[in-house]
Amino acid sequence: MNWLARTLRKLFFIAGRDRRNRELEEEMAFHRGLAEKELVADGLPPDRAHYAVIRQFGNEARLRDESAAATSLWCETALHDLRFAVRQLRRSPGFAATAILILTLGIGAAVAIFSFVDAALIRPLPYRDSSRLAILYESIPLGPRFHLSYLDYLDWKQQNTVFSSLDVYAPYGFVLQTPAGSQQVDGVRVSAGFFRTLGVTPVLGRDLDTRDEQPNQQRTALLSYAAWQRRFGGRKDVLGQSVTLDGNLTTIVGVLPRTFHFAPAEPADFWGIERSTGGCEKRRDCHNLFGVARLKPGVSFNAAFADIRTIADNLARQYPDSNRDQKAFMLPITEVILGDIRPILLVVLAGASLLLLIAAVNVASLLLVRTERRRRETAVRGALGASRARLIRQFVTEGMVLALSSGVLGVLSAWGAMDMFLRLLPKDMLASMPYLERVGLNPAVLAFAVLVALAGGLFFSLLPAWRVMAADIRDGLAEGARGSSGTVWRRFGSHLVVAELAMAVVLLVGAGLLGKSLYRLLHTDLGLVPDHLALLAVVATGHSYDSAPQQVALERQLQSRLSMLPGVRSVAFTTALPLGDADGTSTFSIVGVPPDQVHREVAVRDVSANYFSTLEARLVSGRYFVEDEDATRPRVVVINQQLAKQYFPGQNPIGRQVSFSSNGKAPMQIVGLIDDIQEGQLDAAPRAAMYLPFLQSPGNYFAVVIRTTQREDSLLPVAVAAVHQVDPRLAVDEPITMAERLHDSPSASLHRCSAWLVGGFAVLALVLSTVGLYGVIAYSVGQRTREIGVRMALGAQRSSIYRLILRQAGALTLVGILFGLTGSLAATSLVGKLLFQVRSWDLTTLAAVALVLAAAAMVASFLPAHRAASVNPTEALHAE
Amino acid sequence: MAKRPDLLPGTLDMLILKTLSRAPMHGYGIALSIKRQSEDVLTVEEGSLYPALQRLLLQGWVKAEWKMTETKRRARFYTLTAAGRRQLGLELTQFEQMIAAIGRVLQDA
Repeated sequence: MNWLARTLRKLFFIAGRDRRNRELEEEMAFHRGLAEKELVADGLPPDRAHYAVIRQFGNEARLRDESAAATSLWCETALHDLRFAVRQLRRSPGFAATAILILTLGIGAAVAIFSFVDAALIRPLPYRDSSRLAILYESIPLGPRFHLSYLDYLDWKQQNTVFSSLDVYAPYGFVLQTPAGSQQVDGVRVSAGFFRTLGVTPVLGRDLDTRDEQPNQQRTALLSYAAWQRRFGGRKDVLGQSVTLDGNLTTIVGVLPRTFHFAPAEPADFWGIERSTGGCEKRRDCHNLFGVARLKPGVSFNAAFADIRTIADNLARQYPDSNRDQKAFMLPITEVILGDIRPILLVVLAGASLLLLIAAVNVASLLLVRTERRRRETAVRGALGASRARLIRQFVTEGMVLALSSGVLGVLSAWGAMDMFLRLLPKDMLASMPYLERVGLNPAVLAFAVLVALAGGLFFSLLPAWRVMAADIRDGLAEGARGSSGTVWRRFGSHLVVAELAMAVVLLVGAGLLGKSLYRLLHTDLGLVPDHLALLAVVATGHSYDSAPQQVALERQLQSRLSMLPGVRSVAFTTALPLGDADGTSTFSIVGVPPDQVHREVAVRDVSANYFSTLEARLVSGRYFVEDEDATRPRVVVINQQLAKQYFPGQNPIGRQVSFSSNGKAPMQIVGLIDDIQEGQLDAAPRAAMYLPFLQSPGNYFAVVIRTTQREDSLLPVAVAAVHQVDPRLAVDEPITMAERLHDSPSASLHRCSAWLVGGFAVLALVLSTVGLYGVIAYSVGQRTREIGVRMALGAQRSSIYRLILRQAGALTLVGILFGLTGSLAATSLVGKLLFQVRSWDLTTLAAVALVLAAAAMVASFLPAHRAASVNPTEALHAE
Repeated sequence: MAKRPDLLPGTLDMLILKTLSRAPMHGYGIALSIKRQSEDVLTVEEGSLYPALQRLLLQGWVKAEWKMTETKRRARFYTLTAAGRRQLGLELTQFEQMIAAIGRVLQDA
């Protein structure tokens, strides 16, 4: 018989259910009647025969149930169970609400974090076969990830045997001519094959090709999808349109796919072409490009790395002047794009998982208490004929209802949380992590949520079911027989609470370490006073600012115009702001020291005379520049402590001469020594730096630093307007305050995010585990009321009752803390990478966490202890 | 009272079908018949008889109708259907194969 026919017959059966039940009953009554008659015939008295038959027949309700089960649809019983489960939960709304709230928190946090992990670490990067892509750098003694020069790129491209293609890119700020004036826009210059190497084709128009690289061709560029929508309204006729970038007419030839992103150069609106005609491109010692290459099939990463290293070493021998100590360095593209965020995401994911576990354990212990309270109910239902399987199925349904409804709420709250987490990151930073745009509720995230909810449901149903299995119906029915079961629960519940406390300790330690590390980071000595500083960048392009005198004149104009603004104390200029990437380096030599094998590299900044006083930097010895120290005066520099330590160990650098050329041409005298100004990121090691007077080496890029007497953020728009009053063609970029730059810097942001998230999880974990401890102690006090009554009747003091309860709680807390501290020592290897100037076994943090937890635990156990001590012995003894 | 041997699992349906293949019968009659035929060795618990009958009804192997007994009481009589007869043949064959196999295993070599 096939399934369909059977189901149809079943439906037919169900339709006549009432009639059938009556029939079944009549049938059984008939059966009993005949059996009774036979027993009487055998000589049994009629009343005894009646009971004998009933006993033999067994539990009538169960019999009916089983007969009904044989004929009813599975979904019908399930629906029945479901109704019953919902009714049960509604009967104890406090329990249901608490359990669902706790689980929603846990699931919501886990799902939200998972969506980030999914977007960043699980989704493949939007390139063909991204595991075969590598980013190429030149490594120098300062570090491994530096630019390569155009000529080196050409040699690498030509001589390598390991890449199927090698191209270059350089993040670049184009100056775009708009009707409203010049504007700096984010862009990238790439070599023609760049997108083919990545395996990306434009959605509209054509890719760049080698024709575009020819010097006499009209300049061309691709648009990012977002820029196409934002700047050109997504119109198809954008192809062939021209824009003016850096004063050059540039034709838009294509639009990149919406899913495309290239984090190392983002944000970027325009993808222009890299040409060999630039001034820098003709010099081997001018480094301005990064390489991207696709490995040939069958070539391993290491083999490829060895190959380009050999090429770079050969170039170093061939061109010792420019290439000494310039080695090749290469990283997989995933490492470059995700290397920074991976450890943070893993830490936060681990935190969210721990929180989820704590929430699950907490709800499990609530459920267990409830199961114990319902032993009588279970026993009665069993005695009335509910089969064991039926009882267990009931618990499974209840567990599933709990877990799934929290799952739904959890997904909803995760949706909100994702948005909130994204807002924790500053806008600039988000733009450099384009893959996070895909954070959201997608099928993978939903599948994860379903999986978590189902696993939770299974856990919450099997736990009470297991307790029911272990219990005996007669035990449950017997009056006052809760002693043994209470003990079992107390022991098991205690284990759960210890586990909860231990996990909370791990989270608290993590949060403590990250918080301390964030504090250290934000309070690093920057070598300047960061408040009341307004910052902006001015770019002067076009022929009016090509020559040094024009640039000097512009600096004078900007200086006097900005200084006139109300609330401005002083205005200074530099070529690169502190807390940047510490790039803009150059090699140098020391006059009088023979050229040797030592590679000397230093960050170089051209600054106005009042730069140091405006930043309130600290002069160690010597002097700052003076106002009229221009090209007619001897060339001078100010150096930082790091440079002195590194290249003049044990000597007085003041009065010594340095030069940017290896033969000591155009020497500059060191006139001042300052404490290090943090040029790089907050967590970067100090770097040797040299400051030159702007008047002796003027340029057309001005990073402006304004020291104010009033609120610096209110000055920013006024300052931008003032610059445009000087010349509307000047492009103004990145008006920001130093405090914002400090707080929004990538290292501070990442630190802050992880500290906030893990901190949030830790606080929730602390609350949940304290509540869990309270639950266990309160339950045990409830169980021991009679014992406490006896003790008091026999003369125990209230204080000794307090001691009794607090000792129990103290022991659990102590064990939890010890396990937690051990666990966190093991877990800190994960956090260690993120820490700044904090050891992963920071003793004060560990001690503080232990104290906080102990205090919270004492508060949680004081209430039940107080209740125990207030027990009235007479009432307690009468109660049973 | 000495514990009587339980029915071999899965054989109850077959015993009921076999009993009904001789004549239509009501539930009590089926239980009584099995008991007598097995010379009091096999006792069908009422607790399993009625669920089994419901199952057989659902499979379509037996039909049920209300009739009057000789003592003028209303009782539900079960009749084997054609499908039930086929099922009985199938189960008997399987059962005999099983018994033969068990016998071979238990034989002293």
